[in-house]
Amino acid sequence: MGYMEIIIGGIFVNNILLAQFLGNCPFLGTSKKMETAVGMAMAVVFVLVLAGVITWVLYAFFLVPYKLVYMRTIAFILVIASLVQFVEMFLKKSIPALYAGLGIFLPLITTNCAVFGACILNVDKELNFMKTLVQSFAYAVGFGLALILFAGVRERIILARVPKPLQDTSIGLVTAGILSLTFYAFKGMI
Amino acid sequence: MLSLSAVLFMLALGATCGAVLSAASKIFYVYEDPRVGIVEGYTAGANCGGCGYAGCAAAAVAVVAGEAPPSVCIVAGPEATANIAGVMGLDPGTAESLLSYNTCTGGDRAAEKYVYMGIKSCQALATLHGGQRFCPVGCLGFGDCVKACAFDAIKIGAHGYPVVNEMKCVGCGACEKVCPKDIMEIKTMSQRLLHLNQYDDRIAPCQQTCPAEIDIPKYVYQTKIGDYEGAVNTIRERNPLMLACGRVCPHPCEDKCRRGIEDEPVSINQLKRFVADYEMNSGKRLPISVAPSTGKKIAVVGGGPAGLSCAYFLRRLGHDVTIFDAMPKLGGMIRYGIPEYRLPKDVLAWEIDGILNLGVEHKPNVALGRDFDIGALIASGYDAVFLGIGAWKDYTLGVEGENLQGCYTGINFLTNFAVWQQERPHEQRPFIGKKCVVIGGGNTAIDCVRTLVRLGADEVTIVYRRTRKEMPANEVEIVAAEHEGINFTFLAAPTQVIGDEAGNVTQLEYLKMELGEPDASGRRRPVPIEGSETVIDTDMLITAIGQGPDVFFKDESKRLDEDLKLTRWNTIDSEDEIALQSSIPYIFSGGDAATGADLVVSAIGAGRRAARSIHFYLANEDITPPSKTLFRNNIPVSIFESVSGITQLPRTKMPELPVDERIKSFVEADLVITEDEALYESSRCLECCLICYNKDVA
Repeated sequence: MGYMEIIIGGIFVNNILLAQFLGNCPFLGTSKKMETAVGMAMAVVFVLVLAGVITWVLYAFFLVPYKLVYMRTIAFILVIASLVQFVEMFLKKSIPALYAGLGIFLPLITTNCAVFGACILNVDKELNFMKTLVQSFAYAVGFGLALILFAGVRERIILARVPKPLQDTSIGLVTAGILSLTFYAFKGMI
Repeated sequence: MLSLSAVLFMLALGATCGAVLSAASKIFYVYEDPRVGIVEGYTAGANCGGCGYAGCAAAAVAVVAGEAPPSVCIVAGPEATANIAGVMGLDPGTAESLLSYNTCTGGDRAAEKYVYMGIKSCQALATLHGGQRFCPVGCLGFGDCVKACAFDAIKIGAHGYPVVNEMKCVGCGACEKVCPKDIMEIKTMSQRLLHLNQYDDRIAPCQQTCPAEIDIPKYVYQTKIGDYEGAVNTIRERNPLMLACGRVCPHPCEDKCRRGIEDEPVSINQLKRFVADYEMNSGKRLPISVAPSTGKKIAVVGGGPAGLSCAYFLRRLGHDVTIFDAMPKLGGMIRYGIPEYRLPKDVLAWEIDGILNLGVEHKPNVALGRDFDIGALIASGYDAVFLGIGAWKDYTLGVEGENLQGCYTGINFLTNFAVWQQERPHEQRPFIGKKCVVIGGGNTAIDCVRTLVRLGADEVTIVYRRTRKEMPANEVEIVAAEHEGINFTFLAAPTQVIGDEAGNVTQLEYLKMELGEPDASGRRRPVPIEGSETVIDTDMLITAIGQGPDVFFKDESKRLDEDLKLTRWNTIDSEDEIALQSSIPYIFSGGDAATGADLVVSAIGAGRRAARSIHFYLANEDITPPSKTLFRNNIPVSIFESVSGITQLPRTKMPELPVDERIKSFVEADLVITEDEALYESSRCLECCLICYNKDVA
């Protein structure tokens, strides 16, 4: 599997939101405004790449040699949560501008299952370090793409006449379904 | 064995993570104001973004940085606001609740200039020539505000403009931000009280013209639907003396009434009197909101309409106010100048009690310059001073003999009589002549003659140097005086007062005049006719030819008062007649003291403007009025030449006591209209806004 395949696969074919249905909570929660969606997408790119790499290291150098693979869920969660806290502190001190830009989205990612899911998928596929890095990045970009597309659609839905019972989250879910169907067109590309 | 390694692994992993994080928190430590954490604790923690900041933490940072008010969290409620204000050491004055208000009452009835079929969004529509309606500032009606409101507090009402549900509104400001026409306003009551009419406001000609800027169409409409209490509250946002104004105001608003272009104008002032009397006769007082205390002390010198208005508005803005007044009771010229038959003093007392009940202090019988000076006020801790000393000094004729026995001046006569009538009716009544002559054509002169008639003078004559048309007195007053049998001698300029050996006045000599070219005031200048000297017999002569402020306190004062600049008419000079700040920054003035003798309602408006300036001055903010302030002007687009489709509906006549009954006593001569008449009269109102009006009631 080449890097190109990983990138195309991660962004489009196996899009983490629309093909694997991970991270639906922030997908619906932060897609009402384009501004919020972009902030969330940036934060996910940042954290997912870091988390993917760290969990791979943890998996390859500790869990596998000591035959503790069955502990990976709890170990990954602990590591990701600590990582986000660490990154938050680091950014606040070293890159205040980026910290201010990401705002509240950084701590929100602690509970984002897309991050955890991507890490699990990475180790399941037994990718090497570089491929893990690229795969994590591709998943994160795919997450961002789907979120921003969806936010754009939702901003326009506000202007449309939607029947009362279907307003807001209901029409959001319907739209997400249609968006997901369109992504099925990528199936078979790789 | 397996489980042991798992436990050991987790312990090791947890310890590592913990160690790294605690090390990181040391290494990457950034000083943060400890108050941020406390403030964040008081916010709702929902990260809803309703405050406009990216989450509760960001909002807390903004509060601590002083960029956001303690009321920033729209979810947590007033208790949290008070707590945050406590943490910040701020006065909770900023904790006054915000509410959304819609300022357009046109909606669907506004004329359209094109048909719009695009996206149903005000923001989109506004990009096409500012919207489909001719009105430049009107509501577009697609309800972007409704969509923006996260609390379901706004609906588009039956008339096509938004209606705010005050119970649900939290004052988050989402509607205000999204409205492309700035129709939605988020304001505290204080901010509403501070607003001055502006060129881009949605206001009808009557409201533009009213010197007190009362929202006339709103209270007339509230009267029409029977919400008399609402009407009282609407008036009270601009005028604390509505019982008095309802009786004595010459209602300049009615001159600009749009119905008046084709029909008789709506009798606005009688409606004001009706709702004001309704409240007084209902036996209870409507509650008046007062902002939380600011701890600032203001001295109001003079308890007339300007001083009372200024004190009332300052008190409602949360300041501590003390009124210093030279007379035994409050009211100033409306108590001691306006006679009982025009404004009963028990009515006035009821109204003034309402103002004092807000927590305004009153110090009677102390005069500036006689009993205290401005230096003493500042020394006793007052942060600002309002001079509303009125215009109590009569101008003199400047002719020979005007100091003879039996010669009086207008204000002096009225005040002496009023003090006798109100304070010591058991003592001997002031002297009244048999054949009285009053010189002058203003309201003071008319008040003098109507008072004299009631006191039993045999013959009362007004001597005025121009004609009836030029008389500055209120038309209704002149008509009433005519009915009461007053003689009018027009085009007569007094030249000499003649007395007998004992020094008593016996005759007034005057020159006959004719009208010449118009002068600066637009009135035709009277020119004397040579050799036309005429005499008129009299035993009591009152000069009521105008009055100015009595500024004797300037000479009596020791220190600070020297820099106080006066105009050449002895009025207190202020660079900006809207801001009303004198040449000494902490001294403000308003009413007759600043403008010379003027209407009661003008003094009330000036009191509010001065209160606004004082409020901003005490908060160290700019007191300069906004450049768009309307002040005494009309918005050109709102003044019509003609109004189509008006059905003629007669104006309600003012009920009054029959002449032979009223000239015997000081019982109130003008009466209040009935409820049916009020409902009829208010239904004559066209409910105008800036350029549209309700064609259904035309």
